Amino acid sequence: MIKLDINSKTTEVDADPQTPLLWVLREWVGMTGTKYGCGIAQCGACTVHLDGVATRSCSVPVGAVGDSKITTIEGLSADGLSHPVQVAWLQHDVPQCGYCQSGQIMAAAALLKSNPHPSDDDIDDAMTNICRCGTYQRIRAAIHTASTLPSKA
Amino acid sequence: MSNRQASNDAGLRRRAFLGSISALGGGFALGWQIPITPALAASAVESPTVHDVGIWAVIGSDDSVTVRIARSEMGQGTFTGLAQLVADELDADWAHVRAEYVSPDMNFANKRAWGDMSTGGSRGIRGSVDYVRKGGAAARAMLISAAAQSWGVAPAECKAANSVITHPSSGRSLRYGEVAAAAALLPVPTEVTLKTPAQWTLIGKGVRRLDTVEKLSGKQVFAIDVQLPDMLCAAIRQCPVFGGTLKSFEADKILAMPGVRHVVPVGDDAVAVVADKWFLAKTALAALPVVWDEGKNGEINSAQIDALLTGGLDAKEAALGQRHGDVETGLASAATKIEAVYGSPYLAHATLEPMNCTAKFADGRVEIWVPSQNGDASLAAAAEAAGVKLAEVKVNKLHLGGGFGRRGNQDYTRQAVLIAKQVPGRPIKLIWTREEDTTHDFYRPITQCKLRAGLDPSGNVVALHARLSGQSILAYLAPQRMEGGIDKAAFQSWSEEEFGYRSIPNLLIDHAVRNTHVPVGFWRGVNTNQNAIYMECFIDELAHAAGRDPLAFRQAMLTQSPKHLAVLNAAAEKAGWGSPLPPGVYRGICQNFGYGSYTAAVAEVSVSDKGELKIHRIVAATDPGYVVNPNQVSAQVEGSFVYGLGAVLEGAITIDKGRVVETNFDTYPVMRLAAMPKVETVIAPSGGFWGGVGEPTISVCGPAVLNAIFAATGKRIRTLPLRLHDLSRA
Repeated sequence: MIKLDINSKTTEVDADPQTPLLWVLREWVGMTGTKYGCGIAQCGACTVHLDGVATRSCSVPVGAVGDSKITTIEGLSADGLSHPVQVAWLQHDVPQCGYCQSGQIMAAAALLKSNPHPSDDDIDDAMTNICRCGTYQRIRAAIHTASTLPSKA
Repeated sequence: MSNRQASNDAGLRRRAFLGSISALGGGFALGWQIPITPALAASAVESPTVHDVGIWAVIGSDDSVTVRIARSEMGQGTFTGLAQLVADELDADWAHVRAEYVSPDMNFANKRAWGDMSTGGSRGIRGSVDYVRKGGAAARAMLISAAAQSWGVAPAECKAANSVITHPSSGRSLRYGEVAAAAALLPVPTEVTLKTPAQWTLIGKGVRRLDTVEKLSGKQVFAIDVQLPDMLCAAIRQCPVFGGTLKSFEADKILAMPGVRHVVPVGDDAVAVVADKWFLAKTALAALPVVWDEGKNGEINSAQIDALLTGGLDAKEAALGQRHGDVETGLASAATKIEAVYGSPYLAHATLEPMNCTAKFADGRVEIWVPSQNGDASLAAAAEAAGVKLAEVKVNKLHLGGGFGRRGNQDYTRQAVLIAKQVPGRPIKLIWTREEDTTHDFYRPITQCKLRAGLDPSGNVVALHARLSGQSILAYLAPQRMEGGIDKAAFQSWSEEEFGYRSIPNLLIDHAVRNTHVPVGFWRGVNTNQNAIYMECFIDELAHAAGRDPLAFRQAMLTQSPKHLAVLNAAAEKAGWGSPLPPGVYRGICQNFGYGSYTAAVAEVSVSDKGELKIHRIVAATDPGYVVNPNQVSAQVEGSFVYGLGAVLEGAITIDKGRVVETNFDTYPVMRLAAMPKVETVIAPSGGFWGGVGEPTISVCGPAVLNAIFAATGKRIRTLPLRLHDLSRA
């Protein structure tokens, strides 16, 4: 059994240590907010936080997680709406199909944690997740808005 | 049974259906996910009652208004736009409006009372606007009648607004929720008067999307997220060569691997592993020895396909698109002749949610959970694959993680059902890997285009011939829609009705159909994309040959096409065409008509000495006639530059040994945020018609940027993608 700290809750899973964290979250724990898009850390749909750092969970073996605290989209805020990034995302009506948005939101939240007032260049560097609908313009605007909102964390 | 009977029957069925949902906690259409607990069952007692007022609106005793949606939501905003159309005619309080899918089986059982479920061709709004508005208006009339009856007054004396009916002369009022039960029992009026545009309160308003909140918290359940009791998961491997077949596989080599339950053939060209979890199925499948019969296509490569198309450019035989005057005579008389050959590659859709479908086969019945752009087609595909009657299929539609035309095809639905039939009694969730998704798409067709034109001494175009050569989508997907060897869709944007340059006296547009073994399909914007690049870049070439400003040159050619001209001018004006730019920054411009809408764009770019392109600004104008939701129109315009321009810059699918070479986003790059230009949307609705929104703008993304690159570098890019060209100063 592997012990994991997911959204501040200890969870034990019976999975091979080589299993990617993404699939452990989705199939062993049953939390499907974190998405599969490519499996090779290219698209970022699977982004979660490991000790606050944005991480592509499709390419992290669950056995390598250790004591790191895992935060998924389900654990970003208590009500799923009140994190500054979520507030700003709603304000800008960012999502289209929405499939990439869990990963985008997690990437943006990690960016703002390390850099509370990112420039456009900072956003370019940090936000490498793929969105096929093309919500990038609103993502950029929403990150700037979120940087002005009080953090509840 | 008449439509009206169908409607009433649907209403009865709907009430029973909603009742069951209500017992599950008032859940949305995803009721099966919510476990029944004693607390939830008890809460059902206090749940509001809901009533079908006509077939499009379900009104609750709590004043909730649920609008039924037959089309699919894949990001384009149709869920919200269609609800606005119904709610406006219904005079509903938008704060209490939500939307919910009509299930394809319910539509089938009621003689398709909710109309076409196919969601493509930017038809979501424009294809259903008339009947959904009538549905809203009918419901409004029923609610007013019910209130009037209770007051003993004439309906004409009553008014409705914001979900409240009033009788002004007596000062009485009733909320929709209070009369819904009575209204639901009234006949649905067949004759209703729709509002005039001046009376609209919701149409034209940029209200927020109805489906955003769930997408912020990970709660939105996509088909790939479906979890059902006793569910198993399947991973699939398809013959890498199109047209090849499955010869054999050695199941015993992997059956002992963790979680593996079954290894099954899927049709004649694929094999699947069924396991307790998808990751285990995928892992085992990677270790499965498979032998394919690659058939006759195993040696085909892109160079051969290119040569096939090039041969079509000068072929004698070609399918006619449009002709007037005599091009050869016109060319012979021209003072200047210009010729150019353009080309664009195959493209994959790359929806971010890979193809997937969950199917359960039990007791001669099939139930599927599917991301589909065409619920009717999913139902038919499931029935056919299972070998059961259409009435024995239940279809659960879920929001799509991207569609872009890919999910009108039901190959993955068929596969899921074929697998489920071999493992009866348990739901099977089939998920494709990204690699399967990239290598087994229905690709945007590869085409080339040879353009020849003649200018008179004043620089006016006196003759133009556009010869397309390449693959036909209809010949592959719908041969019954070919008309005497002509694929009319190949000429998108170039039909007499669509083509703006009506002043050209000698015009010929034709198509040498050159089909290959590679599956092709509808890719957001379809043939308008390549056609607009070919035409609008070539028009730019002609403007430069004539020594004329590219905007002025087009304006002179569009005098007989006032709406084309107006949207071109709108883009030019907003962009400040002709005004000074920072050093090193250059503009490009273009216009196009497609999917019932007029579009134009101006791009501002710079190219460094090393050849690095920077797109500083895009101005994109669109005239879709009427606008339902300007906030969503601009979202679609912005997104078009990611999907459409991204493909122009980077996208290419190539063929080697009969199969697709690119497999994932490392080899099939797509646009990321850093490359996204600033897009300014100009919505210029001229009214009087309903045009599409999701696709038209895609066509102007490429030419605006490519023309600006020419202005910046003098290099004319005629083959795509751009990343294969060197823009550096030699």
